[in-house]
Amino acid sequence: MFDYETLRVIWWLFMGVLICGFILSGGFDLGVGILLPFFGRDDMQRRVMLNTIGPTWEGNQVWLVTLGGAMFAVWPLVYATLFSGLYLAMILVLFTLFLRPPAFDYRGKLESPKWRSTWDWVLFTGSAVPTLLLGVLVGNLIRGVPFHLNHELRSFYDGSFFDLLNPFSLLCGVLAVLLLMLHGAIYLQWRTEGELYFRARAFISKFGVIILGALTLLAIWVLLSMEVYRLPNDALFNAASNPLAKTVEKQSGGWLAHFFLHPWMLFAPIMAYAGLWTAYLLAREHTCRAAFISSCLGLIGVLFTVGFGMFPFLLISSTDPGSSLTIWDASASHLTLKITFWITIVFLPIVLMYTRWAYKVMWGPVTEKMISEDKHGWY
Amino acid sequence: MFTGEEVVNLSRLQFGLTAMYHFLFVPLTLGLSFIIAIMESVYVMTHKEVYKDMAKFWGKLFGINFAMGVTTGLTLEFQFGTNWAYYSHYVGDIFGAILASEGLMAFFLESTLVGLFFFGWNRLTKVQHLTVTWLMAFGTNLSALWILIANGWMQYPVGAEFNYETLRMELTSFSDVFFNPVAQVKFVHTVAAGYVTGSMFVLGISAWYMRKRRDLGFARRSFAVATSFGLASVLSVIVLGDESGYSAGETQKVKLAAVEAEWETHEAPAGFTVIGFPDQEAEETHFAVKIPYVLGLIATRSVDEEVKGLTELRTENIDKIRNGMIAYRELEKMRGGDQTPETRALFEEHKNNLGHALLLKRYIDDVSQADEAMIQQAAKDSLPRVAPLFWAFRVMVASGFLMLFIFAASFYYCATRRAGQQIWLLRMATWSIPLPWIASEMGWFVAENGRQPWTISGVLPTFLSASEISPSDVYLSLIGFAVFYTALLVVELFLMFKFIRLGPSSLHTGKYHFESAETPATAH
Repeated sequence: MFDYETLRVIWWLFMGVLICGFILSGGFDLGVGILLPFFGRDDMQRRVMLNTIGPTWEGNQVWLVTLGGAMFAVWPLVYATLFSGLYLAMILVLFTLFLRPPAFDYRGKLESPKWRSTWDWVLFTGSAVPTLLLGVLVGNLIRGVPFHLNHELRSFYDGSFFDLLNPFSLLCGVLAVLLLMLHGAIYLQWRTEGELYFRARAFISKFGVIILGALTLLAIWVLLSMEVYRLPNDALFNAASNPLAKTVEKQSGGWLAHFFLHPWMLFAPIMAYAGLWTAYLLAREHTCRAAFISSCLGLIGVLFTVGFGMFPFLLISSTDPGSSLTIWDASASHLTLKITFWITIVFLPIVLMYTRWAYKVMWGPVTEKMISEDKHGWY
Repeated sequence: MFTGEEVVNLSRLQFGLTAMYHFLFVPLTLGLSFIIAIMESVYVMTHKEVYKDMAKFWGKLFGINFAMGVTTGLTLEFQFGTNWAYYSHYVGDIFGAILASEGLMAFFLESTLVGLFFFGWNRLTKVQHLTVTWLMAFGTNLSALWILIANGWMQYPVGAEFNYETLRMELTSFSDVFFNPVAQVKFVHTVAAGYVTGSMFVLGISAWYMRKRRDLGFARRSFAVATSFGLASVLSVIVLGDESGYSAGETQKVKLAAVEAEWETHEAPAGFTVIGFPDQEAEETHFAVKIPYVLGLIATRSVDEEVKGLTELRTENIDKIRNGMIAYRELEKMRGGDQTPETRALFEEHKNNLGHALLLKRYIDDVSQADEAMIQQAAKDSLPRVAPLFWAFRVMVASGFLMLFIFAASFYYCATRRAGQQIWLLRMATWSIPLPWIASEMGWFVAENGRQPWTISGVLPTFLSASEISPSDVYLSLIGFAVFYTALLVVELFLMFKFIRLGPSSLHTGKYHFESAETPATAH
């Protein structure tokens, strides 16, 4: 039905949808996890916070798992190069993600305050560290990663773990933490009442401007000075995936020049900025639902700004640009793209349907009264 | 050229340990989810509260276990990329597609509904909640189906072929991959083993309550559910295990011969070696005790077909290696720009044996130049180590039959309404709780170690599959895994034992043993 070239673009978009699914839903879980030890002054408040995300966090995390599987299927060489090249960073993300399921499930199993507050900090670590590292990862994807491929398509990483911790990428990591804290606070404000509600709102009022400031700083950095990689105009879009058969050109002038070549792409950074700004204003005005939706739109804008800025590149090699991986030369076969396309078209709506139902069933403000009425049932 | 031996070995160790660790939790999830669904169905049909309590209490233990299953499952999703990058590139087109399908069709379902299972009791109608429980159980099993399709493809890679332009295997038929006979048989065998695990767990713990004469109504009913579900499941495992033997006889001849320590091809029907001491160097089994005919019957379903021995299979592999060398030589020509149809035709003719030639990469980079000694050595490498497989398999089978005895005896006494009177059986059931885990781990060892030296049978050797990373990185991650997994296991077991000891009193309904004994006030 679709030719190879079209499917490659569609799958780029689908991957964007999966990443959005994770950032929007798993994002507020991570955000609430980071805020947990600071907002929750006693065990009951922390339980209220946990139970705003308790019944649904597990499903939300599957976006990340599916994203991993989809990357393996759709861009096998990207999956291979990225995960092996950034070995220690990936292992660290994995180890900190380990902490989440037991922290949620085991915390409430014993009454001891010490047991519970230990798990609170475990959940904090399991939320803050992966967010920071994934942000650092995005920063490195934007800058390019030192690697090369040999003639057998074996990938070699040419840097070290500490190369990943450059100032730009670290700033991306910090921004990721801040953005998800904001997103989490907005969600929390929506789902709670009383003291927690006001604490969330106060946080948004105080930190909203700082977060938007950091975003502006980063945006200026990228737009004005980040190098853009380009394929020559005669690049093949329909050929078999062979990343060794191309040349790559560098273009200076920052992403702004790149965006001006395709002005419609500017909607992404505008949406990012407008969405987050509106979210900040709406949250202060007590319109929680609208604030949450704006925050989602803002995060989608941020993601697509990065996506458009890199397009068609997926993984840029800073040391051997010719080895860079693009959607045209690192994708799966035509048949695999076709089959996974249909599977996604059929099953993603079903997933969204029952996820929506699960939220509907568990919806409503989470209160201290609700938890004390069924002390042993809730997290 | 290939990654250093050390990285390959360390990565194998890490993968083996983390996969086996993951499988401590998976079979219990598979089994308990159905047992809980059965209990809840009885509750919805009979309105007896005790069945709701059963579903909730075993659900609590299910939850403690489920968290670990999710945690350790993440590792497997990451690890193909981190440690087996060349594998990921080489077969991602097929293997990745299966994992992505698993996420979208199964893991989402199970993970979304697990929240409703735990927190939806007061927000859903009885029938709605029951539907959630069944769908969750269905989701976990569907998840297992996809994973076993992925694993089945590693054992018997159908529906794919090598593409010289992209230097990797590519999908040719998704339905061939899905309906892979090896995968289907493995799936049913594996999930049934999960049901046995769940049943043995519930049976053994209920037997302990019965022995302590606590919460008898609760314990007896749990015992009965576990007995009937367990008996049906253990019979399926054994029958389908036999079916696996038959399918291995067709598709995984080397593994079958290794498991049975069949060095020479004997006249049909082959005898089954019950016990003996396999000797890899001498290629024979010392002190073998054999039952005539049985192996031939299992593997070929006939009395006149031969079961090939390892020595003969090794000789066949020499031919495959030589053919593969031709394919490799032509491939290099094509990669160098040779577009002639003759080259292409010669490559196509031999490309199915390309994988065997890759075994030579251990000795020489340009494998088409390999000499006779290298070929002989590569053929020798093409067989797995026999003794560990031989023993692991026998431990698995013995555990299976022991469990069959326990379930059959329990079933007999349940049916004759004398369950719980046989203290020896109750004690045996409790002490046998580790058996299904031993059997599962041994089974996976046979499946995976029996595939060596390949990651994808006949396609990609294990030693070529690893990432280009440094040994020190893998040492670091190995230490990390050891620390994390040990700590988590300690916490998990601590909670498991605590809640098992507490029993249904942990539900705080006021009806059970510790509640009435300690706080009589709750009796009203």
